[in-house]
Amino acid sequence: MTITNQYTEHKADTVTVAKTEPDQFDIGDWTQTVGDPLLDDPRLSARNVDVFYADNQAIHNVSLDVGKNEVIAMIGPSGCGKSTFLRTLNRMNDSIDICRVKGEIILDGHNIYDKSMDVVELRAKVGMVFQKPNPFPKSIYDNVAYGPRIHGLVSRRAELDEVVETALRKAGLWDEAKDRLDKPATGLSGGQQQRLCIARTIAVSPEVILMDEPCSALDPIATARIEELIAELSENYTIAIVTHSMQQAARVSQRTAYFHLGKLIEVGDTDKIFTSPDHKLTEDYITGRFG
Amino acid sequence: MQTSTLILFVLALTVVAYVLGRQRSVQLAQPLGGIKRLHSLPNYYGLMAAVWTGIPALVIVAVWTGMETTVITGTVLSTLPDTYTSVSESQISLTFSRIRNIQLGTIDGSQYPDLVQAGELLQRLTESSQFGKVALTLVISVLGGAYAWLRTSPRLRARPQFEVVLKGFFLLCSTIAIFTTIGIILSVLFESIRFFQSIPFFDFVFGTKWSPQIAIRADQVGSSGAFGAIPLFVGTLLIAAIALLVAVPLGLMSAIYLSEYANSKVRGVVKPLLEVLAGIPTVVYGFFAALTMAPLVRDFFQGIGLDGVSAESALAAGLVMGIMIIPFVSSLSDDVINAVPNSLRDGSYGLGATKSETIRQVVFPAALPGIMGGVLLAASRAIGETMIVVMAAGLAANLTVNPLEAVTTVTVQIATLLVGDQEFDSPKTLAAFALGLMLFITTLLLNIVAMSIVKRFREQYD
Ligand SMILES: Nc1ncnc2c1ncn2[C@@H]1O[C@H](COP(=O)(O)OP(=O)(O)OP(=O)(O)O)[C@@H](O)[C@H]1O
Ligand SMILES: [Mg+2]
Repeated sequence: MTITNQYTEHKADTVTVAKTEPDQFDIGDWTQTVGDPLLDDPRLSARNVDVFYADNQAIHNVSLDVGKNEVIAMIGPSGCGKSTFLRTLNRMNDSIDICRVKGEIILDGHNIYDKSMDVVELRAKVGMVFQKPNPFPKSIYDNVAYGPRIHGLVSRRAELDEVVETALRKAGLWDEAKDRLDKPATGLSGGQQQRLCIARTIAVSPEVILMDEPCSALDPIATARIEELIAELSENYTIAIVTHSMQQAARVSQRTAYFHLGKLIEVGDTDKIFTSPDHKLTEDYITGRFG
Repeated sequence: MQTSTLILFVLALTVVAYVLGRQRSVQLAQPLGGIKRLHSLPNYYGLMAAVWTGIPALVIVAVWTGMETTVITGTVLSTLPDTYTSVSESQISLTFSRIRNIQLGTIDGSQYPDLVQAGELLQRLTESSQFGKVALTLVISVLGGAYAWLRTSPRLRARPQFEVVLKGFFLLCSTIAIFTTIGIILSVLFESIRFFQSIPFFDFVFGTKWSPQIAIRADQVGSSGAFGAIPLFVGTLLIAAIALLVAVPLGLMSAIYLSEYANSKVRGVVKPLLEVLAGIPTVVYGFFAALTMAPLVRDFFQGIGLDGVSAESALAAGLVMGIMIIPFVSSLSDDVINAVPNSLRDGSYGLGATKSETIRQVVFPAALPGIMGGVLLAASRAIGETMIVVMAAGLAANLTVNPLEAVTTVTVQIATLLVGDQEFDSPKTLAAFALGLMLFITTLLLNIVAMSIVKRFREQYD
């Protein structure tokens, strides 16, 4: 039986599950994600992913597809495993000794956890923007040029200049930064640094961009600019964004996934999740009853 | 009462004052509704009482003790007839010790009635000075305590006042270190000036021949002595450079291995072992250099067909010194590399950089100021090292940059110049001070240059 079948079957009794009282709902008995986690022609698919930190299981059997040119928002209470799941998508978990991943994540027909997978190539394809801006202690220019340089994407200085300018323009930082490209990036404000980190990520032209709470350190104006940027980027890129702001998820994403205690509870069109979620836990979360 | 007893007594009074001051503040606060009514916590009232009781009294003890000898000696000598005092300084001090001895009864003073009288005066003055000191100190101490007692009131701003006292105390501590340094510099400077009176400054600084033997009789060979410091500084820099060439790459690589590649188990074993290197006495390194490394170096170069390699060589000393200073580089670098935030590494990995690209282009530049600090420490260690050089590189002041020849260093020469019976005002001994001064200035310049490099780097990237 394929996962798609399970899901179709499941949809039939969605109603009964959704009406379960939250205190009776035993998360240990959880078997199935509500909604439609799987797509016809996905860009990236996770299948039965389990993640362990030493003996602690942080992600339980998550299957989820991310579509082409789609923005998918991941929401859920703190500690539910959003960051952990996001990091499995480009193997950033490799740098954590105690972290183990089971299951498959398929990109372009290959499981990225295969032994033959080149992590460097993978991360050039699946870029990541972190929760806290982390510019390198280099000039603004060198920060953006870092990726193109290590991947040998350009050979001449003029080309590199162009790549840097394009990336900074897309990130909405060009006007503020063009006169100080050789100044240290650490001299930028927090919001500018975050946009710089986004510019740095898109300078290597990844196909998928993972963003872990990219706006958590930003003021509303900088947040609005980044949301605009995400909308623009989604024309060319596939984006997965973790956020604690329900409004943000509603504004930027087409689909939303709700995580709870390491389990993917519900996935669906953003409009639907925020207006009429099928699962009681999702409803409680978005109406602010916990989390 | 002895001065030390007096000091102990004052300290005891201070403790009593602390307790009383504290109690008084609590008592005063009682009718007002508890210690919440006090401006500061009771502790601070106690501390202020202690300050008032202890500090003025201790200052009196210090000043009095510092001055009493001079004042008493002056007074005693002024009563003597001119025949005793219109002579050279050393004779006056001789006379004074004779006075003391007569007064103590160790020599018979019957032939010097003047001196006997002076001795009695000395005795009287000493006793009254002692009494005066004790009395004044105790009075000041008690008065201070009483003052503190009287001014204790709930509105007294004891906490800020105590902060001011503490600030002054810390300032005093830091100035002590500074004044000691200045004192050392000045004493070295004065001796050096005396040296430059007999040997011209430029002959010393730019001279290329070092041979500090000075003949006792004018007709002996080598009677002039040559004090050109260039060979010593070239030797010092040569050995230090060899040592750094060994220590910086090895130290840095091991630091990178430890902090980036090794798992915690390996790290827990390797790091302490590396640091053991720093604990080996330099004499032992000296043995190793002279008995193992020097013959190895000689055999190796003879093996590849070089003739005339001396048994003592700058290379042997430099290599061993390099091993000795590895921990300075590795331990400090390891710390600063570990202090580089993981978010930077993640950022680099997230862009598809490999581990070595990340280390070279992100971690290393971020850690560079700290690494420079470690290298600097290692360099000053190498320049100041004496024992290994004495044992492995010899004492011959050859002006050469050939690492296979014997050379000597500044510190080695300072040590040999001062060893044995020496007149303290011959140019030979004074040369040691001049060398010391030069060495001090060199390391100072080195530090300033390195600091400014580090600072420029910091300003750019922090
Ligand atoms: N490096 C780690 N080592 C051990 N446990 C970890 C590690 N990182 C995360 N965990 C655990 O995994 C679980 C999920 O953490 P994760 O960071 O993915 O949560 P999150 O949903 O991103 O939370 P938040 O919204 O607060 O960022 C938590 O219980 C956490 O304690
Ligand atoms: Mg998180």
